[in-house]
Order: sequence, then C-alpha cells, then structure tokens
Amino acid sequence: MNDPNSELASDLASDSPTALPTMDLDGQSVSFTPGETIYEVSQRHQSNIPTLCYDDRLEPFGGCRLCVVEVEGYRSPVASCTTVAMAGMQVRTATKSIEKHRKTLIELLTSENPDAEIDPLSGAASQELVTLKKRYGATGERFVGKTSGTARPDDTNPFIARDYDQCISCYRCVRVCEEQEGDYAISVMNRGFSTQITTEFGNKLDDSDCTFCGQCVQTCPTGALADRKALRAKDLPEPIEATRSVCPYCGVGCSVDLLSKGDKLVGIRPARDGGANEGALCVKGQFAFDFVQHDDRLKYPMVREDGKLRRASWDEALDRAADGLAKAASEHGRHSIYAIASGRAPHESTYTLQKLIRASYGTNYIDNCSRA
Amino acid sequence: MTNPLRDMEEPDVIFCIGTNMTECHPVAATRIKKAHRKGAIMIVADPRKIPLTKRADMHLQLKVGTDVALLLGMAHVIAREGLVDEAFMQDRTLDGAAFLEHVKAYPPEWAESICEVPAADIERAALAYGRGSKGAIFYTLGITEHICGVDNVQSLCNLALMTGHIGREGTGINPMRGQNNIQGAGDAGGLPNNYVGFQPVDDPVNQARFSKLYGREIDLERGITKVRALDYAADGKMKAMLICGENTLVSDPDRRHCEKALRNLDHLVVVDLFLTETAELADVVLPASGWGETDGVFTNTERRIQRVRAAVPAQGEAKPEWWIMSQLAKRQGVSGFDYESAKDVFNELCETSPIYKGVNWERAGEGTYQWPVPSEGHPGTFRLHEDAFPTETGKGTFKRVEYREPAEVVDDDYPVWLTTGRRLQHYHTRSMTGRAGMDYFVPEETLEVHPADAGMWGLVDGARVRMASRRGAVELAVEVTDRSPRGTVFCSFGFGDTRINDLTGAGYDPITETAELKVCPVRLDVVAPE
Repeated sequence: MNDPNSELASDLASDSPTALPTMDLDGQSVSFTPGETIYEVSQRHQSNIPTLCYDDRLEPFGGCRLCVVEVEGYRSPVASCTTVAMAGMQVRTATKSIEKHRKTLIELLTSENPDAEIDPLSGAASQELVTLKKRYGATGERFVGKTSGTARPDDTNPFIARDYDQCISCYRCVRVCEEQEGDYAISVMNRGFSTQITTEFGNKLDDSDCTFCGQCVQTCPTGALADRKALRAKDLPEPIEATRSVCPYCGVGCSVDLLSKGDKLVGIRPARDGGANEGALCVKGQFAFDFVQHDDRLKYPMVREDGKLRRASWDEALDRAADGLAKAASEHGRHSIYAIASGRAPHESTYTLQKLIRASYGTNYIDNCSRA
Repeated sequence: MTNPLRDMEEPDVIFCIGTNMTECHPVAATRIKKAHRKGAIMIVADPRKIPLTKRADMHLQLKVGTDVALLLGMAHVIAREGLVDEAFMQDRTLDGAAFLEHVKAYPPEWAESICEVPAADIERAALAYGRGSKGAIFYTLGITEHICGVDNVQSLCNLALMTGHIGREGTGINPMRGQNNIQGAGDAGGLPNNYVGFQPVDDPVNQARFSKLYGREIDLERGITKVRALDYAADGKMKAMLICGENTLVSDPDRRHCEKALRNLDHLVVVDLFLTETAELADVVLPASGWGETDGVFTNTERRIQRVRAAVPAQGEAKPEWWIMSQLAKRQGVSGFDYESAKDVFNELCETSPIYKGVNWERAGEGTYQWPVPSEGHPGTFRLHEDAFPTETGKGTFKRVEYREPAEVVDDDYPVWLTTGRRLQHYHTRSMTGRAGMDYFVPEETLEVHPADAGMWGLVDGARVRMASRRGAVELAVEVTDRSPRGTVFCSFGFGDTRINDLTGAGYDPITETAELKVCPVRLDVVAPE
C-alpha cells in the first residue's frame, strides 16, 4: 500500500509537484492542463489542424468538422475543438483518411463559393478559406450544384459589406456578436442550403441592433463580411503594412494595428493580443480614422496679421509664439501666462509642455482638459 | 480604475452609476455584459434609459444631480441590514462608526423624496450590492461633472469601504477615463498642483529636486485650474495662453464666457491638428503631427502604459509636440530640451516619476505595465489597494457626505432639466469623428424629449425648438423618445453649430473646479416653421 507521506514527499521533491497529465499527439508525448481541448493542446504544439469555425475567444462550436482527429479506441473521428483532452489519449491529427475527409469538405465549400480572390483588406481572418483551398488543392470542380447564402447588395452602409454568397455558415459572426459583444444583432435563419445570416426581420444593419463594431468582419474566414472602408484602398499598388498602436478615442486603450499602403492610412484592425481589448473594438476605433489624412488637417504654421491668420515659416511662428509668452511674463509677471495640456496627445507632449512652463517661466500655471 | 479591465468580467454585482458605458466605453462594456451573462446582477443608476438599462436587472432612474441622496439611502440600508464587512472596516478604514451613525438619518424614504427613485428599489439595489461577494462600481462623468462631484465620488468610496468591495478581484471603484490619454496628461505633470508622477508642488522635498533639475528658482505655490485661468483671462489678469490640442471654446461650459476670456488675451498660441473654433481665435497656430504619425506613449484607464507608433508621415510641415515645446524652450534660452526623439522625452519622464521609475521606452512597448511601477524589475500594479490605501495611515477614511442641490434648480422660467453627454459614434467636439464618416450615423444634434413633455409643447420628431438657459440659447431639432424621463431633456455637445455649452456652466465643484455640465435648467420654446 502507498504511504501518503512518501507520496507527498516525492511530489514535493520533484520539479513539478502536481505533474500535468500527458497524452500522445502524433507520436509525441505532450502534457496538458485538465480542461483543455485536443485542439488547444495541438495549437500549443504547432500541430497544423485546419479549422474554419474556430475563434479562440468563442465557445467551441464544432460546426465545420475540419478539425476532426482520430483517437485510439474511438469508433469515429472526433472534432478536436470540442473534445477535451484526457490522460493517455492517443491522437492522430493528419492520417490519410482524415486528410481525405478534410479535402472533401473543402471541395464542398469551394463548390458553392465563387472562385474569387479575397482582398486581405477585407478583414483579419479573411484569408482562412482561401488558404485552405490552396492547401488542399480544391478546385470546386468535384461537386456542382446548389449554393447557399444570398448577398445583401441593398445594404449599402459604408462600413460593412455583406456578400453572403461567400458565406460558409460557420456562424462566427453570429457568435462573436452574441458572446463577445453581447449585442445579438444578427442571427441564423433556416437550415441547409437555405441558411442565411440575417438581422431581425431581414433589416439592413442600420435598422438593427448592430453597433458597427466590426467584430463580425474581423472574424469572418471567407471575406463574406468585409471592411468597406479598408477596401477603398484595394487598388493601391503598395503592400499592406501593419503598425501596432493604440486607439485614439476613449480611455480604454484598445490595441490596434494601423494598416497602411505607402504613405496612406487605409484601415484599422483590432489586436488580438492587446491587453486592454483582447481583440475587441468599437465603431469609432474600427472605422473613424479618416481624420488623420483629412484635407482639413493643418499643414503649416500660421500667424495672425491684420486680424487674419496667414501661412508662416516654423521659425517665424515659433519666434512669434515665444516672444508673446516672454512679453506677457516680463510685463505682467509669470502668473500672466497659462498652458493647457491635451488629454489626446501622448505623454511627451504634456511632459515637455509642463516642463516648458515650469522650467522656462517658473510657474505651476498649467492644467489639462480633464475638468471639462 | 482601482481594478484592471479584465476584472470587469468577474463581479457578481455590477453597479454602474453615471456611466453610459456602451456608448462611451463600448469595449469595456463588453466585459460587464459577459459578467452579466454569467449571472452577475447589474444595477444601473442613470436619469436616462441608456442602452445598458435594457439588460440591467435594476434601473434606478434618479433625478439629475441627486446621486448623493441615492447613495446615502443605499448606505443606510446596508448598515441597517448588517451587511457591513466589519473585519474590513476594522482593519482597513477610519471613522467608520461615525459614518454608520451618520447614515442612520437617511432612510430610503428620505432618499426617494429627493432622487425620485422608489424607496423599495433603493432597498433592493442596496441589498444586492451589500450581499454580493464581489461588488464592482463603475462611474464616469455623470458622477464628476456636478458641483458635488467630489461628494459623489466619496459617497461611492463609502459604499465600497463599508462592504469591503475593494482591493480584490472583480471589485473596486472604477472611473472610466474619457480620453485616450487623459490619464497620461495627469501622469506627465499637466496639473497645477503636481509635478510629473503626482508629486505635490508644495512639498519642499519636491521643490528642491525640481529646482535643481530645472536649474532655476521655481514656483512654490500651487497653480490655478483652467477654470480659474479662464476667469482671470476674462477679467484681464491673464495675458497669454498656450493651448495644446483642446477645443476649449466648444468643450468647455459657458461658451460666451469662454470666448470673452480667449479674445481678451494679448497672446494666444494653439497647437492642434485642425483649425478648431479655438484655433481660429489664436495669434499663432502651430500644426502638430497627430495620431498615426507620431511615436509616443498613452496610459489608459486601468493605468496601462502603452506605446503608439507612427504608421504614415505627418501632414505637410506638422511636427510632434515635444519638438514644438523644445523649440519654444530654446527660444526662451532654457536648457534641458535637447531631445532627439519621443524616446528621449519619455525616458526622462520615467526617471523623474516615482510611479514610472521601473518603466522605460522599451518596456512601455510591451504594453503590459500598469503603474505604479516603482522600480526596475517590478511587474507593475495590476490592482490597487490590495493591502493598504495610499494614505499616511494606510487606511481609507469614511466621509460624512451631505446632499446639496445643484447650482441652479428648475423654476417657473426654466422648468426643464438639461443633461448632456456623448453619443456612440461621435467623440467630443467631433473634430475627429466629424471628419471620419461618423456623420453617417448622427448627422446633426437632436434634443431628446419625453413623449409626454413633447405633447405639452405640441412637438413631433424633427420639430425645432429654442432651448435657453440663464446663459444662452440654441436652436435644434427634437427627437421624441422616452430615453429621457419627463421633465428632463438630453443632447450631446459634439456639434459646434449647436452650441450646447452656450447654456451650461452654472456652477463648479469647489474642490476640483469641474463644471456642472450634467445639470442645467432650461426652457423650451417652439420655433415656428418658416
């Protein structure tokens, strides 16, 4: 009989006192945390299991059946995204028959989706189906027949395109709207080939509970839902570049990637690894960026002359600005000048402004815009 | 916020007061929606039927400006029902006994007589918050933009202190900061009473340090707030101003006063992205490079320090503000402004700020640090007040708050309450969203009027009214809706051509000098169609 004392002692002595259970993944012994699904475990081990209905922020769905794997002792393959890993499991992720099954599924999807190139500006996940079509060499010739999903060209809002001809009924848009946003603006109508993603009463998004946060666009794996604002730039020749930044609107501080082509800011994408937002965004953060390169932007310094503002060089404008402050200080004392810092500009703006006021003029006459 | 955003998914009782979170902080709101879906009780206190009230378990539809009364009533119930966390009060707070005695005088029936929330609902909300194991409070400007803003916040602190709903996961007192870097503006020293990192300017130790750092004699007294500065300008005492990225004229209360103040200056310098209404009054306008064009650091509402990065070149000759300020300093003959990049500036900030000491430009790039980060190697502070409060005794002090009326109350001449706020698709004075396609959703300002009130004036959707306060008047179209209660109308201040802040600004909180933007008695007069 085991002595609990010695078991405890050996547990404490070992490197991992509560050793994690292990399973066999394609011949490799891997450990996992109880509760993890086979898919999650496989992701950590760079296993290349395909899927189209999976978004790690959402509840496992098991709809696309692409992630099926063989488990020793199980009669038929199981969806790895909904099957919890168990100690001692022997999992095979890419046997010949599994890969054949996947190719058939991809062929079926390809058969009812026009063979279109999807512009990567459409959305963050928009290349997922295209990539799998290439991986499995699906041509769309093997199956011919009915198609599902009907596009909504009548929904002409300038933000979200709804080309349901490309829809594969993975329900990611519906689930992100429900689980991530809690908005329930869209739902699934009918079944089979008649399946349609729709708002209540089939309304346009404007006339629904949609807040235009764009989360459905960013999780759509086929480009059926697409970012119309970003797609304005689809014909620009330069490659898309992504620059990590933070949204300029409210204080939540959502991480975003700024998409640019050459010198042009063309779109925004929520950052999945952003500490504050973890992939979420709202209508302003997602779509309200045109102000950056708007014609109304100030492009050169200006000074007032004869009651009107006119263009000036930096030197002239800075001299005028500094002289006016110095004059007030010398004629009326240091407490006759005041500075207001911005709650919109970065730290470096306020830091240098307050240092200027304190170090140049010797006053604490500064505030920021938080009182109004 | 005392607690991180991630904690918003953890409470079992959510108490939102004066925060229209789904419109003003939509991404944060997704987290409390998740907590609600998992079973948390959601209490929303707001004069309007804001979107959150659709899913809330309780909507306490209080009269504008009566938060203190509501919160006193809730404290009374919590005390009376024995729902106080006695161990927490004993170990972590001061003046608790006096506070519990104080609230005895304010039963929910008394509160109802002021805030118009049925006593039974106050009772229910208090019991829910008091019985919760993790109660979290969220608030925004609906709490602070009152003459009693500080009293409101202290009333919320009292609730958290008496129940121990602070310093733990899923609890806390969580103000949602309104602007992307308003937290950072305070952190970086843009305050009349504090140097960088909230170091008081009237502390001799700090004075000695900064005097040495700046190589000059420094101001030993606190500065004045912006509100006072504008008063001084209107009186002719203030001669010059340097305004950085604020459309003061549109965003501040009492526009006529504000315009008089700015026009009265001998010298106004404005640094901005656009020729705003404020910039149009300036003697010198300096173009700043903006978001997407400038490297720098923002700190968010949960004190998370994150880097912003330039993706595209600046417009025309626009320059980063740190460069502009440095040029001004050099013209003033001041040394210590030899920065070559935003990185140089930020690293200096970190060296001089006790709460950023352990951060630098590279670490800020990781986006994982929440201040205080007092030393190198420190992981940052995910949650505040876990073991002690940042006071001399380390304890939180109860404040015996009393209800006060707003600066102006309705009367026969001005019988309607106006309250102001934001809308989801627009932001502040629309200098950004108005130039980013958001007018598609909200092309013009409208005034929300309750159907019963609209009936009294014979108003229908789209009808135009002249709305006047004791300070000014605007004309705008009406939206008939029961989102606002009877006797209260609502609009945002986002549209420069609908100058809502001509009307507001009757009073200011005596401590913070924050304007009472949320309460303003007005009268409505129908404008006859042309």
